[in-house]
Amino acid sequence: MNEDVIRARELRKVFNDLTAVDGVSFCVKKGELFGILGPNGAGKTTTIRMLYGFSPMTSGDLAVFGLDIGVHWRAIRSRIGVCHQENNLDPDLSVRENLEVFGRYFGMRPARTREQADRLLKFIGMEQRADAKTPELSGGMMRRVILARSLLNDPELLILDEPTTGLDPQSRHLVWERLDELKRRGVTILLTTHYMEEAGRLCDRLIIIDHGRILVEGKPRDLVAKFVGRQVVESSPVRDDLRAFVEERGLEHEDLGVRMIVYCKDDETLYREIHEKYCQENCILRTATLEDVFLKLTGRELRE
Amino acid sequence: MSAITSKFVAVWRRNWTVHLRTWKVGFLPPLLEPILYVVAFGVGFKLMIPNLTFHGEEISYVAFIAPALIAVGIMNSAFFETTYASFVRMYYQKTFDAIMSTPVSVEEVITGEIVWGATRSLMTAAIMLGVLSLFGLVHWPTGLLLLPLAVLGGIGFGSIGMMFTGWVTSIDLFTLPTFLFVTPMFLFSGTFFPLDTLPGWAQQVALALPLTHLTLVARELCLGRTGGWPVLVSLVYLIGFAAVCFFVSLVTMRRRLIH
Repeated sequence: MNEDVIRARELRKVFNDLTAVDGVSFCVKKGELFGILGPNGAGKTTTIRMLYGFSPMTSGDLAVFGLDIGVHWRAIRSRIGVCHQENNLDPDLSVRENLEVFGRYFGMRPARTREQADRLLKFIGMEQRADAKTPELSGGMMRRVILARSLLNDPELLILDEPTTGLDPQSRHLVWERLDELKRRGVTILLTTHYMEEAGRLCDRLIIIDHGRILVEGKPRDLVAKFVGRQVVESSPVRDDLRAFVEERGLEHEDLGVRMIVYCKDDETLYREIHEKYCQENCILRTATLEDVFLKLTGRELRE
Repeated sequence: MSAITSKFVAVWRRNWTVHLRTWKVGFLPPLLEPILYVVAFGVGFKLMIPNLTFHGEEISYVAFIAPALIAVGIMNSAFFETTYASFVRMYYQKTFDAIMSTPVSVEEVITGEIVWGATRSLMTAAIMLGVLSLFGLVHWPTGLLLLPLAVLGGIGFGSIGMMFTGWVTSIDLFTLPTFLFVTPMFLFSGTFFPLDTLPGWAQQVALALPLTHLTLVARELCLGRTGGWPVLVSLVYLIGFAAVCFFVSLVTMRRRLIH
């Protein structure tokens, strides 16, 4: 029963005239890396804020570590780490001081905070910059410091809100490696992202939400297999006879005007047929990805 | 309000840690301001303004305004800390959001901020007390009671500042409470001239203002008096003012931060 680190049932959050989260239910098991995916404004951050007891829910049941968030928020928060989307480091303090000041909020002894700070600065590869003021750091470094800060209390559950948004590839890979390492140590991780590559690579299980509702839940590979199959054919530009062919055969596809994506499922011969008849030169066959699933489910129109 | 425990001290200490990095800038105004006023009013105005009679004693004009300068310093230190400075921490630096992902409640954050504002008042009062003592304008040791008074006044003005921080939508809007509340009090709270020179209705208005009471008590203490009904009444007023503003500020800030 205590296997579930998070048990959320029918979470709802209504702001004045906007329903940001509309009946979301999911469970996160101990040691799992769970993803919440969705376009901007889908309700990811609002969901996360309810999880650590920042935003009160409008309705629903939510237990973290088996405890009611409304009652035991303090005990819950002392066992979780939150890595916020925006930079909220203290600009007047050095990297090390940022960590030391934060340790006090958890009631940690100064000696223990210092120990943790040394260890975590090494963990994020920033022991050389411990005395730098945070405004002197690059965006990637700040994000790593925020990650280190969220690990200060050795959390059993780590909540990351878009941890790699705006990072260069090097920093992103470092964050991914670190998350893998934490996972190996048994930390339960919940993350939001809109990078599908990231989600596909890191998450054991994920939900895709839009307009405050869950569209699908599952393992990344299963979702790809279920919704788009193993492979897709992309053709650009799109010839009218290809359109006719796709319609006639009733194939699942996405017509983007200048580009068409045809979901092959497991049909090996389909690519050959399309390639030979309709788009000799401008045709590619590629492995289907989570991004295909995401776009198929949430549509292609721009958000916000 | 059961959510306030000693965790607010960690929030206070965050501000203290930052202060230790930046004190050199914050230290100068309370040091220089009283010197400037004493020189301006004591030397410059001396020929124009005669001594005045206060409680049947003749005192110099500088001795009259010196305690008011401390009272104004107490007010400004806390008020500007919990308006502009707290707003920057809350809105631009997102410091409160970060703290509230740890086992610290919104009420503890706000309490820490207000107590920090009162600490700024205490530091200002201590520095000004030292400077004004050099000019012989503070009665010792009675004047030391200005320190606990600074904490009380600081909680009051820090709380009302925090209340505005819960209301304003942008940092520019702090000019409103500054010009409608702080500046009139600075001028009309028995600071630069005795209250009884005002018309009757204006005296009544002045008596409703917290700075009037802070100035009144500060002046009695600077002149070496401690007793009397007016002092007691003013202290009760200041305690009530601090208590009401403190609880209202918790409500406005909770409404602002938690959604």
